[in-house]
Parts: sequence; C-alpha cells; structure tokens
Amino acid sequence: MCLSHGAGRTGDDGNAIGVEMENGQEQKHTISALVDNEPGVLSRVTGLFSGRGFNIESLCVAETMDPLVSRITLVTRGNEQIIEQITKQLNKLVNVIKVMDFTNTEFVEREMALIKVRAEATTRAEILRIVDIFRCKVVDVSPQFYTLEVTGNEGKIKAILDLLSHLGIKEIARTGAIAMARSKKEAPLKTGK
Amino acid sequence: MRLSGAEIVVESLMQEGVSSIFGYPGAAITDIYDYLEKSPIRHYLVRHEQGAVHMADGFARASGKVGVCLVTSGPGATNTVTGIASAYMDSIPVIVFTGQVPTPLIGNDAFQEVDIVGITRPCTKHNYLVKKVEDLPLVIKQAFYLARSGRPGPVLIDLPKDVLANKTEFKYPKKIEMRTYRPTYNAHPRQIEKAASYILKAKKPVIYAGGGVISSRSSAELKSLAESLTIPVTTTLMGLGAFPGRHPLWLGMLGMHGTYWANMAVGHCDLLIAVGARFDDRVTGKVDLFAPEARIIHIDIDPTSIRKNVSVDIPIVGDCKDALGQLNQLIQKSNKQEWRKARQPWLEEIKDWQENHPLTYGQGKEEIKPQYVVEKIYEVTKGKAIISTEVGQNQMWAAQYYHFDQPNSFITSGGLGVMGYGFPAAIGAQVACPDRIVFDIAGDGSIQMNIQELATAKANNLPVKIAILNNGYLGMVRQFQELFYEKRYAQTFLKGNPDFVQLAEAYGVAGLRAERPEEVVPVIEKALSIKGPVIIDFKVCPEECVSPMVPAGRGMTEMLLV
Repeated sequence: MCLSHGAGRTGDDGNAIGVEMENGQEQKHTISALVDNEPGVLSRVTGLFSGRGFNIESLCVAETMDPLVSRITLVTRGNEQIIEQITKQLNKLVNVIKVMDFTNTEFVEREMALIKVRAEATTRAEILRIVDIFRCKVVDVSPQFYTLEVTGNEGKIKAILDLLSHLGIKEIARTGAIAMARSKKEAPLKTGK
Repeated sequence: MRLSGAEIVVESLMQEGVSSIFGYPGAAITDIYDYLEKSPIRHYLVRHEQGAVHMADGFARASGKVGVCLVTSGPGATNTVTGIASAYMDSIPVIVFTGQVPTPLIGNDAFQEVDIVGITRPCTKHNYLVKKVEDLPLVIKQAFYLARSGRPGPVLIDLPKDVLANKTEFKYPKKIEMRTYRPTYNAHPRQIEKAASYILKAKKPVIYAGGGVISSRSSAELKSLAESLTIPVTTTLMGLGAFPGRHPLWLGMLGMHGTYWANMAVGHCDLLIAVGARFDDRVTGKVDLFAPEARIIHIDIDPTSIRKNVSVDIPIVGDCKDALGQLNQLIQKSNKQEWRKARQPWLEEIKDWQENHPLTYGQGKEEIKPQYVVEKIYEVTKGKAIISTEVGQNQMWAAQYYHFDQPNSFITSGGLGVMGYGFPAAIGAQVACPDRIVFDIAGDGSIQMNIQELATAKANNLPVKIAILNNGYLGMVRQFQELFYEKRYAQTFLKGNPDFVQLAEAYGVAGLRAERPEEVVPVIEKALSIKGPVIIDFKVCPEECVSPMVPAGRGMTEMLLV
C-alpha cells in the first residue's frame, strides 16, 4: 500500500547489498560480542542478521565473569564489505558493548559435540580406539550405544563424524564455536610477589 | 517525592521540555491520561494512532525537537508501527509511549496484549519494556537522549499497567552517560585534511547533501563550503531545504526523479562530496554507474552508512556540522574569485545540460497540470510555507516545483514512503509552528489513508491546507503501468472516490475546488484567507507523468524524459 517515491516495489532489479562493490573473497569469520546481559538482547542480534540478510553459521551465548555482561560468539561468512557491515551494525546496537573479529588474529576456537553411535560387540573396540585417538570421552553406555563427548575445532569434529558415520550414528548434538584471543606471547611473565 | 509510574511519565516529559503530545487513550494507558489532564502539556487527540506518530514526526521535523506520542496497548501499539518505521528510515527523533498489560499477564495472550517491543525491534533506534517503576526515570532520560543524539531515530517505551500504578521515589537524572552508546561527533582531523586536499584538487566537484545536514543544523556550513570554492550542490529528497532553492549553485534534487542536470553532473563529476546522505537506491540507481568517474568523500555520523552501498575514498565519521566546520576552516584562505573563474567550464557544462533538458511541463487552457498547482502554491506563499507531502507523484512534483529555501520546511516520508503520512505530519508541523503556513500536497489516493485526522485539525483549529492533486488514479503506479506494463492499469483507477468538498464539509471544514487553470490562484488565496483547515480539490490532468525519470535499476544518466 505504501509506494516508495518512484516506480515502486515491483520491477526493481534489486541491487543487493554490496553487489556492485569490489567484493573480495568470502571468508569464514568468528566474531565475539560482549553485550548487556538483558532479555531481548539476543533477539536484537539475531534479528539484525536475519533482517539484513547476513548469515549465522553458529551461535553461542553465555554469561561472562561480570553477571551484567554476556558473550555472544558467532560464526558468519562473507566478503570484507559484508563483514565490515556486520561489525558496524553490531556496534550500532545500543546493548552491544564491544565487538571483536577474531579472523586474521591469533585465537583459540573450540566446539563440542555429543555423538550417540551404534556400538555392537564387533565395533566397540574400534570406537574406543577412535575415542583414544581423538582424545574424547565416552559419557554414556547402553547395550547398543556409546555416547561420546568430543571437543575441538570444526575440522576435528567433522573428522570424527566422518570416521564414525559408517558405524551408524544415531544422534548428534553440537554447540557452536566459542573463541578467545591468545594472550600475547612476548609479554614477560611476572614472578615473585 | 513518591510518585506513581504514570505521574513519573508526565513529570519526566515536563523535565524534557515537552509541551505537546499526540495520542489516543485506551484501558492500559488511562492512568497517564488521568494525570496528563492536570499538567500544562497539551495533548492532541488523534483519530487513529498512525496519525499520532506521523504528527509527532512532523512536529519533530518542523521544530528540530523530539516529537512524542502516547497510545494504548495491543492495537494502539501496532497501529504506530508504520509511523515508527517511517521515522526510523528518515532518522527522525520520536518517542512512542505504548501501554502494556500488567506484568503478571505478559505472555498470557491477555486482552489487548501484543509484544510491541518485539515487533518494533527492527524499526526503532532502541526500545524498552519497563518492568519496574524504579527504572522508569532513567529509561525516559535514556530514550530522549538516544532519540535526539547521534543519528536520531524513534525510541519506544512499553509501559505495563502495574508499573504505571506502582509508586517510587522520583528523581529525574540530570546527566546521562551510556557506556555502550557514544556517537562520534568530532570528525577526525586527518581525514578532514585529506578531504580538503581532494576538494582543492577537483576540477568538477559536486556536493551531494542529505537529511543529515538538516538534522545537524549545518545548512550555513554547507552554503559556506559551496560558495567558497564554487561547488554546485544537489540534495536528496530528505535534504531539500538544506541549500537555498534559488541559489546559482543549486542543481535541484538528484535521483530517480531528480533534475536531468543534477544527475548528469553527478555522472560526470570527478569528486563527489556526500554529506549526511546514505546512497539510497532511489539516488544511485545502478550502483556501478553512479558517479563512475568520481572519487568520493562521505561524511556521516552513522558508521554503518559508510561503505554500505558504495565504496568511498575518504570516509569521515562525524557530525556534519563539525566536519563541514573543520573543512571550512581549512579552505577559508582560498580566493573565492579565483575559484569562481576556475570553475566556469564545469558550470558551463552543467548549464548546457540544464538548458537542453529543463524541468518543464505544458500548462494549456483547459486542464490543470499538477505541477502548475505546486508552482502557484510556491508563488502565493512566497516560498515560505512548510510543505508536507503524501507519497507518489504528489511528492515528486512538490519536490521538483516548490523551491525550498530553508531547512525544516519540507516534510516527507522519504525512506519508507508512507502514503497517508503528509496530512498528519502537516498537523504536527502546524502545532510546532503555529505562525507558519502549512500545506499538505496530497494525492487523491494518499489523502484517504489518514483522512480521519480532519477531526483532529478541526477540533484543535489547526489551519492546515490540504491541496489534493486529484487525478483519480494512484498516479505513480499508473505511470509505471503506462511506461512498463503497456498501459494495463490494474487496480490503479480509484473508482468510488468521495466528493472531497462534501467530505470536508462533513467534518465541518472548508472545502474548495478548482477545475480550470484560471481558478488555481484564486482558490489558493481563498484557502489562505480561511482561518481553519481547508481541503482544496484540484481536478488535474489524469494522465500526467512525473518527468524526468530513471527506470529502477538503470544508471542515473539514462533518464527517460517522458
């Protein structure tokens, strides 16, 4: 009902965001945002992504040391210009305290997965070997199934899933990535006191 | 002093200097109304909540202050959404207070309950659900601060009924500091230096100014920059009035229905200085054909505006007033006369485009041309009126033919493009500026989207004049169908339109009509001589098109001169 000043909503060929700009390569980015620990803040963040057509590949939220502050770690994908918009738009939200893009910095990243895998008498030994190699844990055992807990980066989790898949995975539950910048290596260690 | 939540709302409004608010009562918000009646704040009772937000928006644009509106829960709240979204797109400071069911009922699908904070999250600068009366003063303080600072915008405060009834000790915060919100006002001096060096080197510069110049009150700084170095100026729809409409350096508006020479100038300039504008698709057309030969300087207080649609050479985050002020400082030593001489070839080039393709229409003896009506309103009001518009052809003709001289005088829903915006916005502007003439230039389609506000204008004796350019069509879409759909006018003929003169009279408002060109001026003069609101029904040429025009998705130099 509300026509924009001009030829309206029909027929536009829709210059989507950034289509005409020098785009550069799409790249995966791990972004961490410190936000007010208040109801509705997560919805502001996810609403921003869906409303502006940005991607979220994974998302993790939990309280920090300061109970008034939460950390949102999200993994997204985009070219340089999209990622610049994402960080700017996040910063623009009134409840966002700080935004960090870990990509191209030194950082540690981990995900966790729970994997319920079929464990027959013939395959148990093989599963336990895989558990050993991947340094994961068996956290639940039943006559037919093992439930494994595995942590690592995305690649490691994908690798174990690939290995286990032919044995029959019944169910998986995965977290998104969490990340933290590495502390500066050159900083001298303080001793004494 | 212990006050109830409702009393705190009213007292806080008074602390913020609010003198007028627009609203509509309802069960959830009655506590505030009960207290508001005893206060010196004047409340304008609207006939639809959408009207209330547009009035607050029009008030804000005309006055430069924050507009305030007050509505009840549920449908009262949802009816404000279009107005909020419009204010958000156009960066207008508006505060919307909505009623809400009592906190224990929230989430229970109670009567007239709606999650308005959830609904308006993407179209407000920020919003609040107040859960404790103790939080109320700080929330209101923050809301006003957010609405008017940085890139302005609407803020919504949702007020559950029990919060309004509960009491607490009231102390309105004097100062405000938000650790997560600190807009950058001061432009970086090194960026300004770089910009100045680009500007001083440019042979064919153009200034492209937007609504940010108006909201930052930097028209004088803009004019000074343009005049010192003889740089021609174009503005967006939102920027009209930021630069004098009769100035020799004025190019007219750019964009889809901008002037031919403004678009050609941008298409051929070697430096584009964007000030408080956001490279909207109606301005750029096909992005890679927009200012293809130019380096671009972009001044904006909102970092997300920069590099959102086009890449720029010199981004400058800051208030337009500060950035332009610093630029003017750097270039003040340059010799005006020399610049004027050096700029002649560029101005000549632009003048050629202008002379070959001026803004024009042919006014015959029989039918009234809509452009003629706008031109005559301009002449009769001597360019001093506040003009609001609806959306569609009326909006574009108003933009093209009323030569705005001052900021805060053109009031239009630029980003969202809301039909039904102009009339309530005109009422808000009239409340803000009781001594000025306020005209709503409307279409016969748009005016019917908020026609009920005639009662508001009448009851408060607000002498808004509505000029309906009545062509019997949804003209802009009809034009679109004429040009791109082989004249298949699907659903754009407005069969069943009312007799607008009789409609006005039903509201107790004067209704006038003009059907022939020679009646146009006398009827405008008559409307101005009437003390109250007036509807003028101008029967205009039904199939007139807005010209020139750039079809959507084309380059801005590929104008259709229909």
